[in-house]
Amino acid sequence: MEYAISTQGLTRRFGNFTAVDNLSMDIIPGEICGFLGPNGAGKSTAIRMLCGILAPSSGTGTVLGYDLLRETEKIKPKIAYMSQKFSLYDDLSVIQNLDFYAGIYSIPARYRQKRLQEMLALAQLTGQEKELVANLSSGFKQRLALAAAIIAKPSLIFLDEPTSGVSPTSRRQFFDIIKSLAEAGTTVIVTTHFMDEAERCDRIAFINQGRLMALDAPDQLKQQFIQGCMVELTLLDPINQLSRLSSLPYVKETSLHGSQIHVLLNHEGDLAQLGRDSGLIPERITPSLEDVFIHIARQKKEGGFADESYPGRT
Amino acid sequence: MNRILAVLKKELLQIRRDRMTLGMIFMLPLVQLLLFGYAIQTEVKHIPTAVFDQSLSPQSRDMLESFTSSGYFDVTMAADSFEAVTHSIDSGQARVGIIFPPDFDRNLKRGTSAQMQVIVDASDSMLANQAIAIANSIGLIKSQQVLIQKMPSRQLPYDIRVRPWYNPDGITAYYMVPAILGIVVTMTMVILTSIAIVRERERGTLEQLLVTPIKPLELMIGKILPYIGLGYIQITVALLVGVLIFHVPIRGSLLQLYLLTLFFITASLGLGLMISNIAKNQMQAFQMSFFVMLPSILLSGFMFPRAAMPRFIYYLSDIIPLTYYLDIIRGIILKGIGFEYLIGQVTALLVFSIFFLAISTLKFKKKIA
Repeated sequence: MEYAISTQGLTRRFGNFTAVDNLSMDIIPGEICGFLGPNGAGKSTAIRMLCGILAPSSGTGTVLGYDLLRETEKIKPKIAYMSQKFSLYDDLSVIQNLDFYAGIYSIPARYRQKRLQEMLALAQLTGQEKELVANLSSGFKQRLALAAAIIAKPSLIFLDEPTSGVSPTSRRQFFDIIKSLAEAGTTVIVTTHFMDEAERCDRIAFINQGRLMALDAPDQLKQQFIQGCMVELTLLDPINQLSRLSSLPYVKETSLHGSQIHVLLNHEGDLAQLGRDSGLIPERITPSLEDVFIHIARQKKEGGFADESYPGRT
Repeated sequence: MNRILAVLKKELLQIRRDRMTLGMIFMLPLVQLLLFGYAIQTEVKHIPTAVFDQSLSPQSRDMLESFTSSGYFDVTMAADSFEAVTHSIDSGQARVGIIFPPDFDRNLKRGTSAQMQVIVDASDSMLANQAIAIANSIGLIKSQQVLIQKMPSRQLPYDIRVRPWYNPDGITAYYMVPAILGIVVTMTMVILTSIAIVRERERGTLEQLLVTPIKPLELMIGKILPYIGLGYIQITVALLVGVLIFHVPIRGSLLQLYLLTLFFITASLGLGLMISNIAKNQMQAFQMSFFVMLPSILLSGFMFPRAAMPRFIYYLSDIIPLTYYLDIIRGIILKGIGFEYLIGQVTALLVFSIFFLAISTLKFKKKIA
């Protein structure tokens, strides 16, 4: 099987700082792969290298079968890239922006009008062709930026935090578009901070401090990393209770979620004991990706994590 | 080709919305020409002059009459002491002091040299040079008249007949207007293109362009082409002002002027584009443009003749595009010469254009950081 992306030991250093460290991963064609990780984890740097606009310090890879180091210009006509800045021309109208990218991607004149109309519909801006981009709300700008980026029907799309600063409704609509593109066979790489979006990805790549910590389907990740019984406690003073709870012998892990504390128990049988020790009724929950995220980030910090044991290979 | 057209169209649309750019294209030549065309006069006339006449004779009055009737000296003050003359020059009320000694008329009658003193404020060199030259020639002419009166039969041994070609009346505007036109064009073109790339870098649109299949040269050409049109519009405005308001005669071929101007426009645009590729932000681009503009104006021969420059500076002015364009535009407008005399200058501008565009294209990597 030909991977959409395949990298071996991809590394990028900025001076002494290693932004992306020995990234090896394979991306399956047609999947939505979510890059998840804290700010500064190296997600954007990784994407820029994969787009061919940032040279790797070391490592190799292929994107759509082309060499990442030598054939970046062959990759570019077939990919789309959208950064969090919505790189549109504010002083041009909706249709002028689309038309510009149609020209840059050399879309033949006989298809162009049809394609422009399709993209207007995708951005839900049909009828507002002449509106200046500066006057659009961020949800529309975001969809228009996507439309401009994918006007040439790329087979691989990179979205770098496309949904930051956008209303929840717009975020959901945007992800629906991404889903439909993937269903049509497009491979999508998307970075996000939102767990609800991450849950909708086919696979999640956890990246922390430049390293790939895990790459798997959301449910697999939960099973793999959260072993035991996850319960939720609702408390009045969760911060004060946190250290007391985590020192209990049968508790594996605790984490704070607003006014709730998530407690990971070794066994289901410890439920009753926790109820007695906390004076509350623990509610059993299915672990979320956030629990996985916290678990992985914490293991890394404690240094007890050997990343070789969780290779990102499929 | 498709991609060049897309960039070209986008730039034109952006220019049309940008009042600042349009203002620069139309207003700059208008304002600069009216301002400098009138203000810059290299010929200094009506110099305020203080006179201390201790002779008070018909002879001294006759000499003073020669000074004032030349049109260069206006007696604005009759002084009664050396101190008064010194004071008026120190204070700037007068720029020239003329002092006749008490024995001026006696010496003249006796046949010995009648001395008089002309003090010139040389803190302004252009004014001083002119005042000195005129004072000396008045002295010579008056001396000749006296000698001819004494020996009426003799002819003057030498007779030099000067013919100032191309601008016989010495009208400053004739050679200033074409030069200002060159400066306005290069200034606008360099400033406008110097922000062309760096602006997209700042707005984040460049990062998007880098991911597209566009080639650096296509981007550069697409960005330059619309400004060539603007450069021609600007030159037309400037020429109209020059002809209609300053009555500058265009002696050579207007067609040749427009054709050869192309190379100057492309050289200026190339320079601006190069700055844009080097600068990190718009502020830097602006500063670099000014860093380039000032020597262009001062060293190109716009104000000071290149022949007067020290050797090193003279060679330095060889690498300024405006130097060559001044030869071209003054040559065609004033001297009425054509391409056959200007091949060297045109070649130089062509070399500049290719050099700047090549550097810009090479410097523009389709990579960030």
